[in-house]
Amino acid sequence: MRFRAKIVDLACLNHFSRIINTIARLAKTCVLRLTVCKLYFILSDKVANGGASMWCELSQGNFFDEFQMEGVAAEHNEIYLELVPENLSRALKTAQSAKAVKIKLTNKHCPCLRVAVELPSLSSSSRIVTHDIPVGVIPRRMWNDFREPNVPDFDVSLIYLPVLKTMKSVVERMKNLSNFIVIEANLSGEMNLKIETDLVSVTTHFKDLGNPPWASEDGCQSSEAQGRNIESMAEACIDIKKLQQLLAGQQVNPTKALCNIVRKRIVHFILLHEEVSLQYFIPAIA
Amino acid sequence: LSRIGDELYLEPTENGLSLRAVNSSRSAFASFLFAPLFFQLYEPGSTGPDTELFRCKVHMKSFLGVFRSLPSLEKSVGKCLILLKPRASRLVLQLHCKYGVTKTHNLAFQECERLQAVFDTQRCASRLCAPARVLAEAVVHFPPTLAEVTLGTGPGGKISLRNYVEDEAEPSKMMVTELWLAEDEFQSVAVAPGSHITFCLKEFRGLLSFAEASNLPLTIHFDEPGRPVVFTLDDTVLEVHLVLATLSDLKSNSQSPSTNSVSHLPVPSDDFADDLESYMAAMETSEGGSGGPPSPTFPLRTPRPAESDPEEEEEEGAVPGTPPHKKFRSLFFGSVMTPGRPGLATTLDVLAEDSDGEC
Repeated sequence: MRFRAKIVDLACLNHFSRIINTIARLAKTCVLRLTVCKLYFILSDKVANGGASMWCELSQGNFFDEFQMEGVAAEHNEIYLELVPENLSRALKTAQSAKAVKIKLTNKHCPCLRVAVELPSLSSSSRIVTHDIPVGVIPRRMWNDFREPNVPDFDVSLIYLPVLKTMKSVVERMKNLSNFIVIEANLSGEMNLKIETDLVSVTTHFKDLGNPPWASEDGCQSSEAQGRNIESMAEACIDIKKLQQLLAGQQVNPTKALCNIVRKRIVHFILLHEEVSLQYFIPAIA
Repeated sequence: LSRIGDELYLEPTENGLSLRAVNSSRSAFASFLFAPLFFQLYEPGSTGPDTELFRCKVHMKSFLGVFRSLPSLEKSVGKCLILLKPRASRLVLQLHCKYGVTKTHNLAFQECERLQAVFDTQRCASRLCAPARVLAEAVVHFPPTLAEVTLGTGPGGKISLRNYVEDEAEPSKMMVTELWLAEDEFQSVAVAPGSHITFCLKEFRGLLSFAEASNLPLTIHFDEPGRPVVFTLDDTVLEVHLVLATLSDLKSNSQSPSTNSVSHLPVPSDDFADDLESYMAAMETSEGGSGGPPSPTFPLRTPRPAESDPEEEEEEGAVPGTPPHKKFRSLFFGSVMTPGRPGLATTLDVLAEDSDGEC
């Protein structure tokens, strides 16, 4: 089992750092899955996470100049590592002006991801900073726990989110008043964010958001959608902190931001950037 | 100085005004000596055959309060007069400002014994001198909350800085950051090979920002672990010393490597030892059993019962032996002596017990 990768381009490095920063804000510990073509940051829906789960996928070719991976076995050519993304974020934080960043899986005293940053210096040789980030290697028999989450049968499929900055400031203020927030949306491009306490209830209405068609494999989803009343709202009540974390963690405006809602069960957020997709599932509170 | 202690010691001498501070555990001491030439007027007072030059200490916060906003001071203050009035028990700080305004601050002081740390830079086996900027750029890679750092020497004359991980903490859970500087980044390097010391970063950062602001090169004098490390800045009118205690290292280097043993860490090359094959083999062969070796880093969601604590199970290759005895000794105040050494205390001024009885 081997893994080595190298980033030389500063723009790629900064982009990668920002993604790691976003992941670090969403999960204290997560799983990094490495395949030949892609990297995945996975948070599975343990009770410890408040039931929220995350699936973030990026193509390695968009970030790394060199990427070599040899998985556990030939027919299972993947590596699953458990790590604290905040460590990776810190390691990359001071690499803003690096000449190169190399990442390698090593096992000196324990399995580690060694991040070696080569920095320019006035002397003849570069400065090298190494960060040894401890990781846990996840054995193959547990890989099933980290499969891509099934997309459930949504009541409201795909509504574009409002401008994230606006949504973030609304949610931040609501967070001061309540621990739970209700998100409801319909297929006419309308979304409401509601909180209700003994003293006060606040609702923010968004309209004309747009509903892109849900492209499912068998095409039956969209015909079901046509049968439904497009004005009826599907709502779910979720932990407001989780939503706020998701919105606050976005360091770059996504190209597309969407969500799906299953009435009273789960809200599925999809944030798409050019080279990375992030899905975040927040379960509804009973 | 305020990053080190809560009290400012003022000691006028023939060679200039010395400002000093020490921390509560007596493991950090700093002194700034301003030569007479630094001042427009310098009168240390007169000494008689049986009187010494007066010295005192004041509350750091009171003193700093007078000089609170540096930008506005620079704009409005023309002169500053510092006057010790022993009989009135007051230290007078008088700011002569524009438009005929004079601000006079009378600070209460306490008389004190001479505050002097025991150190001799000539006796230090190793010395490094670097521009403050280089060291500041090195320290930035460590988180602001990091307490201790290990400075070491490596092959090829390289100098390393590494965060110190306490052995009491789970060593395989801590991220370890190491920075290597080439010899030619320093203005001078005269170090004993294989030497290393561990000291507190917090007080050092304070001196580093001062050095950066005044654009002065910083010299580091150090010796064996346990002996204090001395940082000095030199200028025509200013002499600065920062003395920090270092971690004494009771483990000899010949024992099995621990995460803190700098002498065992090679300079990173392109080809790291990478031995996950045997680790994975161990995990795969136990598949189908009650569960393989636990993750050394995190308790995984294994089907095992809750009482199995991964921390208790010694992973193969884990560090045996007792952790090093961590003691930042305040020996440079002459209060703690190593056995067998001649009593230095008798020849030096030792700080008298201060008001809260700590010594």
